[in-house]
Amino acid sequence: MTPALAALVILLPFAAGTVGLLTGRLAPGLARPLAVLPTALSAALAVVLAVRIGSGQADFAAPLTPTGGWSAGRDMPISLAFHLDGLATLTAVLVGVVATCVQIYSTSYLRDDPRYRSYAAVVSFFTSAMLLVVLTGDLVVLMVGWEVMGICSYLLIGHHWEKRDARSASLKAFLVTKLGDVPFLFGLFLLAFDAGTFRIDGVLTAAVNGRIDHPTLAALLLLAGAVGKSAQFPLHTWLPDAMAGPTPVSALIHAATMVAAGIYLIARLHPVFLASGAALLVLAVLAAITMIGSALCALAQDDVKRVLAYSTVGQLGYMAGALACGDRDAAAFHLLTHGAFKALLFLSAGVLIHAAGTNSLAAMSRIRGLRHRAPDAFWCLTIGLLALAGIPPFSGFFSKDAVLAAAEHATSGTFHAPPTGDVTGLVVPAAAGWTVLLSGLLTALLTAAYATRLWLLAAGSPTPTLTLAAGADSGADSRPQPVENSADPQLTAHQPTHQPAHQPAHQEAADAAHEPPAQRWPLWALAVPSFALGLAGLNTHWLPALLDQVGLRPATTTAVPSLACAVLGVLAGWGAARARPGADPGRTLLGPLHAPAVRGFYVDAAYSLMFVRPVLGAARLARFLDADVVETYVRGTAATTRGAGAAVRRAQTGNIQTYLGVLLAGAVVIGILVVV
Amino acid sequence: MSGQSFLSTSGTEIAFVLVGIVALGAALLTVTTRQLVHAALWLVVALGALAVEYLLLTAEFVAWVQVLIYVGAVVVLLLFGLMLTRAPIGPSPDADSRHRPLAAAVAVAAAALLVTVVADAFRTTWITLRPGAGSAEANGIGLFRAWVLPFEALSVLLLAALVGAIVLSRRRAARPGVHEEADD
Amino acid sequence: MHLLYPVVLSALLFCTGVYGVLARRNAVLVLMAVELMLNAVNLNLVAFDVWLRDTLHAGQALTLFTVTIAAAEIGLGLAIVLLLYRRRGTSSVDRLDELADRPDPPHPDQGAGPDPDADQDADPDARPAPDATSDDQPRKAAA
Repeated sequence: MTPALAALVILLPFAAGTVGLLTGRLAPGLARPLAVLPTALSAALAVVLAVRIGSGQADFAAPLTPTGGWSAGRDMPISLAFHLDGLATLTAVLVGVVATCVQIYSTSYLRDDPRYRSYAAVVSFFTSAMLLVVLTGDLVVLMVGWEVMGICSYLLIGHHWEKRDARSASLKAFLVTKLGDVPFLFGLFLLAFDAGTFRIDGVLTAAVNGRIDHPTLAALLLLAGAVGKSAQFPLHTWLPDAMAGPTPVSALIHAATMVAAGIYLIARLHPVFLASGAALLVLAVLAAITMIGSALCALAQDDVKRVLAYSTVGQLGYMAGALACGDRDAAAFHLLTHGAFKALLFLSAGVLIHAAGTNSLAAMSRIRGLRHRAPDAFWCLTIGLLALAGIPPFSGFFSKDAVLAAAEHATSGTFHAPPTGDVTGLVVPAAAGWTVLLSGLLTALLTAAYATRLWLLAAGSPTPTLTLAAGADSGADSRPQPVENSADPQLTAHQPTHQPAHQPAHQEAADAAHEPPAQRWPLWALAVPSFALGLAGLNTHWLPALLDQVGLRPATTTAVPSLACAVLGVLAGWGAARARPGADPGRTLLGPLHAPAVRGFYVDAAYSLMFVRPVLGAARLARFLDADVVETYVRGTAATTRGAGAAVRRAQTGNIQTYLGVLLAGAVVIGILVVV
Repeated sequence: MSGQSFLSTSGTEIAFVLVGIVALGAALLTVTTRQLVHAALWLVVALGALAVEYLLLTAEFVAWVQVLIYVGAVVVLLLFGLMLTRAPIGPSPDADSRHRPLAAAVAVAAAALLVTVVADAFRTTWITLRPGAGSAEANGIGLFRAWVLPFEALSVLLLAALVGAIVLSRRRAARPGVHEEADD
Repeated sequence: MHLLYPVVLSALLFCTGVYGVLARRNAVLVLMAVELMLNAVNLNLVAFDVWLRDTLHAGQALTLFTVTIAAAEIGLGLAIVLLLYRRRGTSSVDRLDELADRPDPPHPDQGAGPDPDADQDADPDARPAPDATSDDQPRKAAA
């Protein structure tokens, strides 16, 4: 029964996508039910599965016999396997719920989109692929799901392919994640060969019993794939640009599911990482750089979605940091809460963008009464931001605290045990712990600051509208429009549409509509876990029972400093807004760092210099060689032939005496030859 | 001209050599002189000298035919041709084309080749001259017995040439042109 | 008489005729040179006939035939020369090069452009007509 359930969870969205693609033209009315219902059913079945598995573990495998026996005498077949435990089922529930909310939201958000049918089908395929990655028990099948997610992400980011931003963003996402996926593939093979099987439970057993011969190398290679997929430094540049896709896509893919796949992979194969201290240290350093850098960038962005994108990168850094400190459950906890509140943030931001008619924070800040135009979205945005900043009792506080507690334990050399086997020989370096702890605290401060800034600029400022007088931002270049202080807050406005679109994003909506119900209910559905999921970690019989049965309560040594940092951050944001009322608080807080932060600290420019320019130069060289060197030979052949023809043609003078003379001379020569 | 001398020179041979020199000289002048009419006249000399050669070789009929046809008709035709194509009377500067070097080379080479081959082949061959072999009677018998068919064919050829020449030289205009034509 | 005398003379006459055919510009002069060549051949035939003395008298018969054909040929040849003179206004052999294969006019050689290799058909060359008009030589403009 259980494997059938798991299979259904994966196959239902896949079938929905296939049927949707095949019958799109024939039955256009089926598109919306096909998008929503199978995904909702799959989410429900995932909940059932989670309840059934509970805190136990289940493995089911069906080896594909033709694939066995191909590697150096060893029999390593690829299996259609499931590896179900608490982590897997909980993540599956998260994916299912977020996907359902996104599909419901999209029915209204993309109502007028002519390609809605293919969009819904690709979202269904994506959901199915993510569920495959989460539930599978075979490394190669995981790879299949991983790659299908990459393709679906490419298709979805490039959904508005009429815009150049979307096209280049989708290509960039694809290429950067592929850059990580090639070492990932090699890492998978290395791991499987060392462990002697492709089955995940076999690999985990081998790792715990110390049978992996090259743990550091395998872990680093796998890390490359996770870094690419989860947008950590240095492969993070694709995520902010991927905001060129539709907002529900950003909610699904870049908040809750695809970027979580990298973190999930590390969590799933955690014993392999634990076997190599060097890999853990590398992960910790990358996480620290990612966290701090992305928080600084988020403080400087003008586009709402880019702020949220950088925020996602940073929060994933938190999860990576927790994994580097050896605590899988803290990472999983933060994964779940972050999935809920980030999706909530993106979806509410989408409604607000529609209502305001622009992505730009600077423009939004000048619209009075935006919160009244879309009240539900405003309140959900508030809830999400509170969770992001880590204010109790919202879920973010609890999960962030769990991460910091894990870091603090690592500094003293203790960590949570992995679920199987013993712990001898597995060491977490204390340096990793200190790195994660200190950077985590700083990031908490910065996170609270940019969350406050976002709230103030997007919807909440009661003060008179921010003008652009003090140092115009990089975006808007026209004079600020004088907004009438209208008595009617429910303005359907035209003035914001004069603002030009900001950095990569395009304007997704020209009309300022109210919130349709299909966009409202998912918001509230996601607001509940954003609020309450943290509390579920308090009792050991609730959430922790499903994970590793270790408590997820906040510890005093970390809860107080993190709360203090969060409050400091909020105050800093508020204070900056008050200190210079007409200016962007981010600019005030960052000072000289503002300009690099807007451009993502020039990482993109570095990539362009290191890779893009040489490749383009090589392409130009190739074109030059082909057109001017090789072509010259081709043309030279033609010219030579023509020249030879012209030379021979000169013998045809038309003068009969020439002809006769040469003829007779030839005859004489022949005669002489005959005679002599 | 070959300067080989054999001890059994006879009068015929001396006469032959002398007339040969005349013929050759006239021929050379025909092809090198710049005055076109003079070329025709030198041609007359050359052809006449050849007629004398035929006589020396006891071919009287051929000699008289040579005089009649060549000297009498062909040269006249050539002169008419020169006249009708407005050949300049005095020396004409462009009588020779620019192929002279090639022509000279070819001619000299051909001459060398032919003379060498022939001298090598017939070094020890003598003709015995018996008068009467070339008389009109002998030629007539030969022509109308053995060679009668080619003879008749030849007459057809002459008819064709006659017709062709008339057709070629007819004018499109209604004016009656001068008939320049070969009669035979 | 040694056979060499007539034969060598014939060879030399022949080569003189060759020179004349190749070197003379006027068409009538070329015909004269052709006559020289034919006569050289005739001399050769007669000489060999006298030497061989065969019953058919082939040599002398053929000589007569050659003479006849030469006469016919000169008649036709001169008719052609006169026709040419009337049409083209010249009797120079080296002006008669209509069949020459002229090189293409120079065109910019960019890539693999199509090569117009049209041979130029009967193109009027501006030939200066000979002297003043005469009454019986209406000069027609080019062919």
